[in-house]
Amino acid sequence: MHKTIGQINERIRDGSARVVTAEEMPALVAELGEEGALREIDVVTTGTFGAMCSSGAFLNFGHAEPPIRMERIWLNNVEAYGGLAAVDTFIGATQQSDTLQAEYGGAHVLEDLVAKKTVELRASSHGTDCYPRRTLTTEIALENLNQAIMCNPRNAYQRYDAATNTTDRVLNTYMGTLLPGSGNITYSGSGTLNPISNDPKFRLIGSGVPIFLCGAPGIVVGEGTQHSPAGGFGTLMVTGDLKQMSQEYLRAATMSGYGVTLYVGLGIPLPVLDLDVVRATAVRDEDISVDIKDYSVPSRARPSLRKVTYAELRSGTVELNGEEVRTSPLSSYRRARQVAGELKHWIESGKMTLALPTRLIDTAKQAKPMHQSKTSPRVLDIMDQRVVSIGEDEEITAAAKKLLKGETNHLPVINSKKVLVGIVTTFDISKAVANPGKAHFVKDIMKTRVITTVPDEAVDIAIQKLEKHNISALPVIDKESHVIGILTAMNLGKLVGGRWLK
Amino acid sequence: MKLLVTFSRGRGRKPIIAQAVRDTGVLINVERAVIDSSEGEALIEVPDDQCRLVSETMTTLGAQVRILDHGVSLDESECVDCGACISVCPREVFSFDAEWKLRLDEEKCIVCGKCIDACPHRALSLPL
Repeated sequence: MHKTIGQINERIRDGSARVVTAEEMPALVAELGEEGALREIDVVTTGTFGAMCSSGAFLNFGHAEPPIRMERIWLNNVEAYGGLAAVDTFIGATQQSDTLQAEYGGAHVLEDLVAKKTVELRASSHGTDCYPRRTLTTEIALENLNQAIMCNPRNAYQRYDAATNTTDRVLNTYMGTLLPGSGNITYSGSGTLNPISNDPKFRLIGSGVPIFLCGAPGIVVGEGTQHSPAGGFGTLMVTGDLKQMSQEYLRAATMSGYGVTLYVGLGIPLPVLDLDVVRATAVRDEDISVDIKDYSVPSRARPSLRKVTYAELRSGTVELNGEEVRTSPLSSYRRARQVAGELKHWIESGKMTLALPTRLIDTAKQAKPMHQSKTSPRVLDIMDQRVVSIGEDEEITAAAKKLLKGETNHLPVINSKKVLVGIVTTFDISKAVANPGKAHFVKDIMKTRVITTVPDEAVDIAIQKLEKHNISALPVIDKESHVIGILTAMNLGKLVGGRWLK
Repeated sequence: MKLLVTFSRGRGRKPIIAQAVRDTGVLINVERAVIDSSEGEALIEVPDDQCRLVSETMTTLGAQVRILDHGVSLDESECVDCGACISVCPREVFSFDAEWKLRLDEEKCIVCGKCIDACPHRALSLPL
């Protein structure tokens, strides 16, 4: 048996369609059987409400008198894109205010507009014969705009890897606050309610399909940016009318230490056409797994600590290395339910009918990493290879002489096997000389907790280490912890005006 | 009851908490404390009926004592029930109810402030 989209829409129009949420579906399929569910259920509604950074809106202001060709544009001091002819712009959610930085951004402008607040528009231009005006400042509200069209390049991630942090300091990330020593795990997405998780083969979700977007009817444009369905990380580009949206489903947010983002409520109704749809929409939290990634590794390829299902994540604790670690969602399951519930109501009341994709979304695509024609500078490229080091059993005076002779402020300390065991600085030596006490040997005064780098590390990462620990040199070590170089603030000067900046 | 005790260590470096325990005989539970060379702040918990005694004793010893009636507060109009605060709180103040609405158990709060920055929606604030 199968149903057509026409039959389903007919039932929606005459008010007899049976609509359920994706959360209700698994139990119904278990109760009715697959055939029974296909017969009785016409539409399954999905929903998610979470941080979707890649969001924004096209705005048209209409022409001023005298007219201006806006080249640089700010809304409440948040810069918007000025490359769209005279009076159009795109305001991106993550763009931060010139004055309030991470506490106010494009997402807040969008929320303020939706909340019917006025926003200050400021623009400048070089002035042309047809557009003589050079500056403009005015207060605008959503109702003053000709169009305000939300268009989000990457929304509705199929699923998202969970995050933890194995270092000994707090990390502030787009995955929220990550406590040291894997003190917590954060995750995103609404599991069983996630739109694409209920149609992983993109049979029903594609261009032109009607959706719920921030409280307004919207549509799927097509695949989203970084769409990577081959690995189970599909995304969607979506659009909808900002003027019909509700603050309930559109909220600005700030991830501390990271920046501004927009919480978007998005739901897609799925027509129950055949048994494949029944099976796909019967997906449960237990069936959807993600990796727990270690965000302490500042690289694209973060290691996975284990696999975990949404059911485990939503239970509140996950076992990691024999310990129960508490979890925090970043997206709201309660609001995701509200999205799916509201969408269900729309369809039951005939406010929205369904459509099949006018163009299907690629299901085999795998997002590629950036093509980098130049490799970014590595520690090896700028480090000082002439390392002066000292043995831990040598006297402090010997260290002082070496520091003077080597014209350096940092002396890596090695043991008899030439393995790095500590570091002394001119400050440590001065202190020891100024307060003569029991200390005679280098090992008595050296710092044993040495922050190091490796030759292959990107210079940016090494700089981050210098800043985080407020130090000015990093010994460069090989796999056996032998010191093969040193990177000091002086070496970083090589970057300026050097070949890496060209 | 929770008391916020602040003291300067300028004169005499008196062991205020230890002294108060000895003088009053009340077993004080130190929930958290930040003490450096010049000043200190400690959040202590004492039985309700002995709160005044401890407070007066500590004030005599040179500390400033404030009774904390409230823990962290939640602005329901900003909260979206995401739960980002849940796992960063050392005292498990936050949890979900059966409907996935955020629940706050103010009694457990030790006013450490860790959740304030962790909230993406700036819905949490400390009592003044």
